[in-house]
Amino acid sequence: MTQSDSSNTDNLMTGGRSPLEKTLDNGFKWLTFAFALSIGLILISVAIIIAVGAFPAIKQFNFGFFTNSNWNPVTDEYGVIAVVYGTIVSSLIALIIAIPLGVGAAVFLSEDFIPDQIRTVLVFLVELLAAIPSVVYGLWGIFVLIPITTVFGTWLHGNFGWFPLFSSEPAGPGMLPAGIVLSIMVLPIIIAISRDSLASLPPDLRQASLGLGATRWETIFRVLIPAAISGIMGGVMLALGRAMGETMAATMIIGNSNRLSISILDPANTIASLIANQFAEASGLQISALMYAGLVLMLLTLIVNILAEYIVNQVKAKYE
Amino acid sequence: MIIKSKNKLAGSLSILALGLSLTACGGGTKETTTTKTPTEGETQESSASITVPFENTVALTGAGASFPAPLYQNWFVALNQKVPKLQVNYQSVGSGAGVEQFTAGTVDFGASDTAMKDEEIAKVSKGALMLPVTAGSIVFAYNLPGVEGLKLSRETYVDIALGKITKWNDPKIVADNPDLTLPDKPITFVHRSDGSGTTGVFTKHLSAISEDWKTKVGEGKTVQWGPDGGKFLGGKGNEGVTATIMQNEGAIGYVEYGYAKNNKLHMAAIQNKAGQFIPPTDEAASETLANVELPENLRAFITDPEGETSYPIVTYSWILAFPKYDDPNKAIAVEAMIQYALTEGQKSAPALGYVPLPATVVEKVAAVADQITPDFTINVN
Repeated sequence: MTQSDSSNTDNLMTGGRSPLEKTLDNGFKWLTFAFALSIGLILISVAIIIAVGAFPAIKQFNFGFFTNSNWNPVTDEYGVIAVVYGTIVSSLIALIIAIPLGVGAAVFLSEDFIPDQIRTVLVFLVELLAAIPSVVYGLWGIFVLIPITTVFGTWLHGNFGWFPLFSSEPAGPGMLPAGIVLSIMVLPIIIAISRDSLASLPPDLRQASLGLGATRWETIFRVLIPAAISGIMGGVMLALGRAMGETMAATMIIGNSNRLSISILDPANTIASLIANQFAEASGLQISALMYAGLVLMLLTLIVNILAEYIVNQVKAKYE
Repeated sequence: MIIKSKNKLAGSLSILALGLSLTACGGGTKETTTTKTPTEGETQESSASITVPFENTVALTGAGASFPAPLYQNWFVALNQKVPKLQVNYQSVGSGAGVEQFTAGTVDFGASDTAMKDEEIAKVSKGALMLPVTAGSIVFAYNLPGVEGLKLSRETYVDIALGKITKWNDPKIVADNPDLTLPDKPITFVHRSDGSGTTGVFTKHLSAISEDWKTKVGEGKTVQWGPDGGKFLGGKGNEGVTATIMQNEGAIGYVEYGYAKNNKLHMAAIQNKAGQFIPPTDEAASETLANVELPENLRAFITDPEGETSYPIVTYSWILAFPKYDDPNKAIAVEAMIQYALTEGQKSAPALGYVPLPATVVEKVAAVADQITPDFTINVN
């Protein structure tokens, strides 16, 4: 006991390390390198396999795939404009609801408005929200949300029917309830990440701001949120990724209609839901077209991430 | 003491309530009934016994159609109880995938709602036997409170499916139903969002009876809905379509008979080739099967059946087997499985919403399946 202790301190004092330790250190470095590399390799191999599978459809439809609103396995004619619209709009509805709600909740939970005990409970509840399986969200959407949005949608259509987004009578399932359910599903991501980045800001920032005579209101909106914006945006981007890729809940609530309709009260479909629905019984060119649609979804996510990076940099530059 | 017994009572009451609520939850779909095995009495009263000469357990793997899956799973559990040395695993992966795995030889048997085409059979090096073992009918289920006994003529239901008729009080529907008061409500047509044999059979029938449908939509496991406008919703699986119909007033859609029956949905009587309005029942579907002559290869697509009392949309579901198996035990196992399916299996079919095969069909199928091996004789009497 004492012997090993003294040998340990010896090592620390002299800074010398045994060859075994050095090999271990090096080994660890290489191991983590291999882990990091494998993530990249997984992504690339997935992309390659999808691209190879999609090749016949790419050859056949080319860019016409993006402008064609038909999805007709009988005549082997495929286009994704309708599902791309559905994917983007349902995710946008989700973000429009989830960002103010999520960032607001994160601000509240990172300030000292309430005692710690209550805050811990609230944080725990938010985390629980993330653990609910999506099929449960789907069921909740069907039985609770859809009846409400149908009434609300009928009112919207009755009063604002001239506005293209509300130009149709609600049919029950549709883009609006799907967007709302997605927003609840992505909330925990936005709240957790925003709260973490707000809480990890150096306390000097707040003290300096208050010391200069700023109110709490000003401190939150002009100092804390801009300082934490890259973290918040990161959370929003993860949330958007989740919303665009969500399959089960979307397919249960969105109505699975591959027709292009501008109105958010109409049933629609998303790329992920289309693939999940049709892949099992697809054959020939249809499989290839579904792969192509998957590739489009990956592309969309990439574009969104690049845009987000750009926005974060712009905001950062303004405040630095 | 008294308190204790009260507690016990409360405990058993709550367990009872839990059990009740669980059955209530599950009662809706057929999936829940799949694990249930026929009652002991049913198993014992069978006459045709199955004896297999196996020393070790023989396991068969099958994959394919999801439509008959609840019935098959029920069969195979019961068969295993009867013949413990024979195990059959069935994966409901969809007809398309079933045919693919069967062609590749990765399973011992396949299953499909749409029988294999000649060019598909040509791809199977060992050859293929198509054995119809059950049948099902597809119904128009609707949700219109207060309206019972809806009748739809051939032209009307095609137009509803096309999206041409968009209101429940459309003159065409009113003409079919002079005694009903139909509301001024929009029609929402509910279809399958996933590729399925059900859609395949349904669209095949519509293509057979309507030129308009054939040119605008066509037939397939997935089709493009709503060429003429109208409101269309997609539901995943029969259970998805059933739930969507139940949730939306004014909805009509096509589901398998069993789902509509178990969920007590209203079903429309539809007009057959002879001009009669036939409500979907077990008898009407059996009538249809009896009116169809099965050819030598047991492949019959019932697109528009003859007969005064035939229900129009009925389909066989096939088990795909190899004509020869390398392992003699597997060959015996397959024949034993077919024998079970054709005898006791038929008795459990109606309870799950499937149509029992007519006796003539059972005999034909038994004769074909008996060629697999001389070591086992299928006895269906």
